[in-house]
Amino acid sequence: MIEVAGGRLIAELTVRRPSFTLDVSLEVAAGELVAVLGPNGSGKSTLLGALAGLLRPDTGRIELDGRVLTDTTAGVHVPAHRRRVSLLAQQALLFPHLSVAANVAFGPRCAGVGRAAANEQARGWLAEVDALELARRRPGQLSGGQAQRVALARALAGEPELLLLDEPLASLDIDVAPAMRSLLRRVLRGDRGGGDRGGNAVGARTALLVTHHLLDAVVLANRVVVLAEGRVVEDGPAREVLTRPRSPFAARIAGLNLIPGTGCAEGLRTHDGTLVSGLLDAGVSGLLDAGESDSWDGAPAVAVFAPSAVSVFRQRPDGSPRNVFAVRLAALEPHAEVVRLRVSAPPGGPDWLDGLAADISPAAVADLGIGDALGDVLWFAVKATEVLAHPSVH
Amino acid sequence: MVGVGLPVVLWAPAVLGFALVALPVVGLVLRADLVRLPELMTSEEALTALKLSLFTAAVSTLLTALLGGPLAAVLARSRSAAVRLARPVVLLPLVLPPVVGGLALLYTLGRTGPGGRLLELWFGVTVPFTTAAVVLAQTFVSMPFLVVSLEGALRTAGERYERVAATLGAAPATVFRRVTLPLVLPGLGSGLVLAFARSLGEFGATVAFAGSLEGTTRTLPLLVYQQREVDTDGAIALSLVLVVVAVVVVAVARPRVAEGAQ
Repeated sequence: MIEVAGGRLIAELTVRRPSFTLDVSLEVAAGELVAVLGPNGSGKSTLLGALAGLLRPDTGRIELDGRVLTDTTAGVHVPAHRRRVSLLAQQALLFPHLSVAANVAFGPRCAGVGRAAANEQARGWLAEVDALELARRRPGQLSGGQAQRVALARALAGEPELLLLDEPLASLDIDVAPAMRSLLRRVLRGDRGGGDRGGNAVGARTALLVTHHLLDAVVLANRVVVLAEGRVVEDGPAREVLTRPRSPFAARIAGLNLIPGTGCAEGLRTHDGTLVSGLLDAGVSGLLDAGESDSWDGAPAVAVFAPSAVSVFRQRPDGSPRNVFAVRLAALEPHAEVVRLRVSAPPGGPDWLDGLAADISPAAVADLGIGDALGDVLWFAVKATEVLAHPSVH
Repeated sequence: MVGVGLPVVLWAPAVLGFALVALPVVGLVLRADLVRLPELMTSEEALTALKLSLFTAAVSTLLTALLGGPLAAVLARSRSAAVRLARPVVLLPLVLPPVVGGLALLYTLGRTGPGGRLLELWFGVTVPFTTAAVVLAQTFVSMPFLVVSLEGALRTAGERYERVAATLGAAPATVFRRVTLPLVLPGLGSGLVLAFARSLGEFGATVAFAGSLEGTTRTLPLLVYQQREVDTDGAIALSLVLVVVAVVVVAVARPRVAEGAQ
């Protein structure tokens, strides 16, 4: 059984910024790790700052393990150092004037633990992140991956109720990140990967992980929350959000095409009136069977299909009943065995065509003669059976 | 690493500028009566003035650390509008002629000034023309050096480490003591050395606010000025003492400045 470390978080807050307003309501169960995804400027870091107490939300309430940390109506704002909320950022930010061991002992020392005992705890946490041999070094003598491991130990040594991880892998070399990712999984998920390693209490930790990386969300998180323009646009199990995305951002990181619009019996209708034929989400079919078609017809919806389901033509194809869109070739991206065509809307075309992708074989690229056809108009065709329409938040 | 190279045209003015700084010192050494130098440097009058100079400069440096350090911290970290307005005032002594500063001190803390009257009424203390006046004049003139140097160091260090410390449970006082202070130590050190050097060379504000009384307010620069026509050789010898002190100060401070700039 996995032991649970950390408290339950209930947060509801708004932060007004010149470029956007963060307006989020979020609950994280004790021991749950929630990945927060979203494009740049969607408010992810602002959310973490408000939870850590580094900035004051304009309105809202934050409760952690039954303690009220922020309550703007009651004028409560617990300062950062009394929140028991640790932050692990993209940069390790180890205190350069302290040894590695003293860095990790910093939290326990602040909590009033004696020097010797704090040092002992620091060694325990360093062992936990496989960095015990670095204890005597200075931060300047560490590699990026080592520093980030030490920073993780330091964040955990404070025994936080909530751990905030702000893209902890983003500044690591590509060959170091996987090791750090599995370390995070072991330390944060209480996943010991077999034998007991001993040492400090390692359990499932209450944590928020801001990431750009699909893999982080799938490997580390119980749940995925997607922010867009300061709002939660998706919230659900990682697998569900990534296989059935409702927001363009989730679709993009999941490598799927997404067309927004409103629901209709045949699938989805875009805001400019284009019909996208598709299969209906199981939940939607249920609603229709129950005679509640009102809650689908005209309601916000998205149509999702894989780039591999798209056929590409030079001339408009006719015949078979499928969705056909005129697009403008914007980029050719070589992927493992296929070439991904990125397209944009042709002049005068609807904006929902921007960013759609099709995966075709290099041979097909040659057949179509589009190796140097950037800017040319092409035709995308997708069978209705390859398109899934389901409800979206907005 | 090899740089991109320097335009040749910069060399001539650079050499000229260096000569402007270095040649007068050479001229001073050439003009000095080297035979009588040890005797002139260690005359009783000179030693008294040197001791007074070192003592007052040390006290004013301490005062600068105690007042200027917190001032720099507030200027660097506070977001209050009042603090933004106060900033140029703090730097005023850097651009103000020192003698004007001395007069300002005199008319504030002198017997007839508002501050001076209160001090005399409440504590029976008169400040002008005392050693305390020398210390105040030196502090007035040299504090901005520390404030500028330390504020720069604080801004360079940034608040990122302080935020991390806070999320690890450190109260503001702990953050300041265990994170902020160690990070800006090089800046603090070089700022204090600069302030000490400036105090040691202080003349204008001192002479206006404290006068030139032997043993009480006549510091080395004042003695040099007084002797320059009466006893030229003595004045030059004393000047060389100040040059030596200045060289030592620069030699001590320079590595710290370089470290702070990294």
